[in-house]
Amino acid sequence: MANIKRSPWLLHYDGSSCNGCDIEVLAALTPVYDAERFGVMNTGDPMQADIFLITGGINAQNQATVKQLYDQMPRPKVVVAVGVCACTGGIFKDCYNILGGADTTIPVDIYVPGCAARPQAIIDGVVQAVELFQQRSDEHDALVKQNKEGREK
Amino acid sequence: MTVQVFARVLAYILLAPLVGGLLEGIDRKLSARMQRRVGPPLLQPFYDVIKLFKKQTIAVSTAQSFLLMTYLVMIILTGAMYYGGSDILMCFFVMSTGATFLYFAAIVTSSPYATVGANRELLQMVSYEPAVLLACVGFYLVEGTFSVSEIASSRYSAIMYLPGFFVAFVYILTIKMRKSPFDTSTSHHMHQEIVKGLTTEMGSKNLALFQVTEWYENVFLMGVIGLFIKNSSPISTVAAILVILVVYFLEILIDNSSARVKTDMMIKTSWGVTILCAGVNLLVLMLVR
Repeated sequence: MANIKRSPWLLHYDGSSCNGCDIEVLAALTPVYDAERFGVMNTGDPMQADIFLITGGINAQNQATVKQLYDQMPRPKVVVAVGVCACTGGIFKDCYNILGGADTTIPVDIYVPGCAARPQAIIDGVVQAVELFQQRSDEHDALVKQNKEGREK
Repeated sequence: MTVQVFARVLAYILLAPLVGGLLEGIDRKLSARMQRRVGPPLLQPFYDVIKLFKKQTIAVSTAQSFLLMTYLVMIILTGAMYYGGSDILMCFFVMSTGATFLYFAAIVTSSPYATVGANRELLQMVSYEPAVLLACVGFYLVEGTFSVSEIASSRYSAIMYLPGFFVAFVYILTIKMRKSPFDTSTSHHMHQEIVKGLTTEMGSKNLALFQVTEWYENVFLMGVIGLFIKNSSPISTVAAILVILVVYFLEILIDNSSARVKTDMMIKTSWGVTILCAGVNLLVLMLVR
């Protein structure tokens, strides 16, 4: 059960957000907040990511993309919905093309509310996600071990 | 003598990942300080690799693992031959063969981003290969041998005769280490126009293999820098380590203070520097002798 929570790599996807939350997400990486001190890396590649950071609501066009990005990420993985639009659909909730928050398409673990979510809130959400990531990893390890023992018997 | 060689090879195989990982940790910390950030812990690269090994393996092509493993073995072989004091020309040939496996590991996935990255990796090889081969020729002209152990135990440091070759080698080191402005095939920094280029389709275990191979390769390349300084006196070992650290710092500084260039610019400048520095040095060596 190695300590893997020291190395959370993020995948940031902008759903149909107004870009307010996206700018705050990038702000979390600037020298003022410096998320890299927790080992956070913002990668653009789902195959290398551990935490899926999604901003903006889900609409008819991006639903398939969000689902595919989630499926391309190797287990264990955690999803964080940043901003009120990603949580519930927010101000766009009643629009004809909006299906709702990110949880209409993929299982969301952490909700970070706010319009726009503040960098402090985003970092707090990511830190909580990291704890969950460690927990999932331990469960994943236990499962793999159990399978191996089962096969040996 | 053979026991000594065996010990050196074993030390390289066991210690190179540790040294390489630490060097990368220093790199990331220094880069962060240059950008006025706190930066990750020194051991961050090790945390990353351990995590990558523990994640679920998703491979687009099953051949990729095998190709990356071959790349790793080839680079270990290169370093082991080098630190064992074997033929330097042979070391570079084995290294180039290994690099070809990396190209195949990226291109088997047929992902557009990985393919563009792989093609750029080939262009990078085209850019650095002349300077690397000329460095071998330079060592031969000065010392009369390709043997690393004999070059390292000569009376005078090779850099006294080969300053131009040294400059050309440091220039192409930026390409070889995939540092900005020549990080065209894949980048250590977060985003680039072709996602992660060469490593786009490498996840979890495969990416960890790639990273460990890079550590082995960096330790080998730093060793070649040291060979320019090393001579028969023991003090030169200290000088070599100092020069290696200075060159490594220079690479980090260049990485943080320059923007990525296009590949044709990379080929033009690297060949230009190679012909100007190493070529003129070669002419002088051949005329004076």
